[in-house]
Amino acid sequence: MARVETFGKGQAVVEKPAFRERKSVRSALHAAFVYGLLIGLGIVVLMPLSWMLTAALRAPGEPVYTVPVSWFPTESFYVQNFWTVLTNPAYPLWRPLLNTGMLVVLNITGVVISNTMVGYAFARLNFPGKELLFRIVILTMLMPYVVLMIPQFLLYNTLGWYGTYLPLWVWSFFGSAFFIFITRQYMRSFPRDLDDAARIDGCSRLGTFWRIIVPLSKPVITVMAVFTFHDVWNDFSGPLIYLNDPQKFTLAIALNYFRISRFSAGVNTTNLLMAAALMSTIPMLILYFFAQNYLIGGIASVGLKG
Amino acid sequence: MAAAVHKSQRRRLTGMERREAIEAYLFLSPWIIGVLVFLVIPIGMAAYSAFTSWTIINPPPRWIGLENFREMFTEDRYFGWSLGVTVRYMLMTLIPFLIIGLALSLLLNQKLKGMDFFRTVFYVPSVVSGVAVTLLWISLLDPDMGAINTILRSLGVENPPHWINSAQWALPSVALMSLWGVGGGAIIYLAGLQNIPNHLYEAAQIDGANNWQRFWKITIPLLSPTIFFTLITGLIGSFQVFTPAYIMSGAGRWGSPKHLRFYLLHVYIKGFQQGRLGYASALAWVLTIISAIAVIIVYNSSERYVYYEEGREGGA
Repeated sequence: MARVETFGKGQAVVEKPAFRERKSVRSALHAAFVYGLLIGLGIVVLMPLSWMLTAALRAPGEPVYTVPVSWFPTESFYVQNFWTVLTNPAYPLWRPLLNTGMLVVLNITGVVISNTMVGYAFARLNFPGKELLFRIVILTMLMPYVVLMIPQFLLYNTLGWYGTYLPLWVWSFFGSAFFIFITRQYMRSFPRDLDDAARIDGCSRLGTFWRIIVPLSKPVITVMAVFTFHDVWNDFSGPLIYLNDPQKFTLAIALNYFRISRFSAGVNTTNLLMAAALMSTIPMLILYFFAQNYLIGGIASVGLKG
Repeated sequence: MAAAVHKSQRRRLTGMERREAIEAYLFLSPWIIGVLVFLVIPIGMAAYSAFTSWTIINPPPRWIGLENFREMFTEDRYFGWSLGVTVRYMLMTLIPFLIIGLALSLLLNQKLKGMDFFRTVFYVPSVVSGVAVTLLWISLLDPDMGAINTILRSLGVENPPHWINSAQWALPSVALMSLWGVGGGAIIYLAGLQNIPNHLYEAAQIDGANNWQRFWKITIPLLSPTIFFTLITGLIGSFQVFTPAYIMSGAGRWGSPKHLRFYLLHVYIKGFQQGRLGYASALAWVLTIISAIAVIIVYNSSERYVYYEEGREGGA
């Protein structure tokens, strides 16, 4: 739309003034329409979060469900709720928080190391069987998780990994199809001369990879790290299947555990539940704000070129 | 070109090429080991276990042939039911959300001030996904006190839906919740839109094409690979709805949870709650086959409507 406007300006020299005026009125109307729509929809989209924040800040005993519905900000500002959910003696959430953090770090480490290596081989090295192996990458990328839910449990159970964290991070050190795909797409875009120049300067293969290709691949590495953070942070079925000790729970299942235990105790603590849920989303939000340009640029440049 | 070089290599590798190939396989080794250990072995175990009565409590699996499949098609009343729930949800969300996401991305692609802000606003719900969102929506959708029904009543709706507690509205509740995250898809389309070169629109303008024609003849064809990508991932994803199904079906206070018994939840209940891993494995195979057929149908039909620019790098 707006692109066409720029063109219109260049053409304006030959246009009659009256036509130009009509056009600017039209584009002002257009802008007003777009803004109106965006603001309206934006408010609707933010309303649930606004309610969540209001509910999370209610003091104990204060009604969370009100008529009419209350939106942020209200006069209640009971920030202690966040502290309560982290440290309450019944089921403190600081422990699941640390557990989840540990899993995120392990998974990001594994994902970054393994997928940059494999992506590099597919993008910049020649070897027999390359096409066949890449076809396998594509095939496994399309494989739904449900196929593996039961069989991987059979494997991990046989290995005696049930009840440990191992099923939740070890696989990340062995590459995953989608990340291999986007890393390969990204690394292919560097000029071929890079590797040759490095070799002439006496750089080994590992040196070229580590000193030249990896630093250039920071955008795709960031995308992988953020996606992994998001997936591990929100993973529900994995911890649900493999972890049986509430002390080992991750935040996702701890939240549900927290809800069920409160629910069965018959205590109305929606304010605490909302505080816990909100708290669990904060790291993702912070991460998104820092990485948003990388992410949007990253999605554009790596993932979707066919 | 590349293919020709490749073929000549296959015949005979020079010393340097051989060295490169060895190094390449060293770089590939984590993935090759990973595929064997975490993919080939489990799939082998799954293929075997589907024909056994493999239970958690009674470990040695016993070969029972096609018994699991017979039970599935004749006795398991939730097999067809959960498949139906999954398909209905897919019809409700796949194409409609694709269109809504696309429309939103067109809106966000306008070159006006403050677009970064709006982009963030619409993206935030998809960042905040998972359990927290499900818990939030359970509260919002509470039939008696939830914010949504309170608003509906104030607007004069006397008997607002009972949402997750009602047979009719349980599935739309999940759809409504995921509609909230539709901005995540819009961002992907936005990235695709920003890759479309300006000069195409300029050329079309010179030729006298109106907005509508430019949309159908330029935007849609050039965006079709992105649309195809989201269609495939959305299709695979909608066979695997789990978290909201698990949490919400346990949340209905007087309603029957069967209205949210998505297929994957059924697999989970059979496999992990009832401990019948062999049977669950058979269930998973059936879903895999169904979803593979669906993907192949979409993939094959894609040649008709997906347009790849010439000279663009093909993915596969």
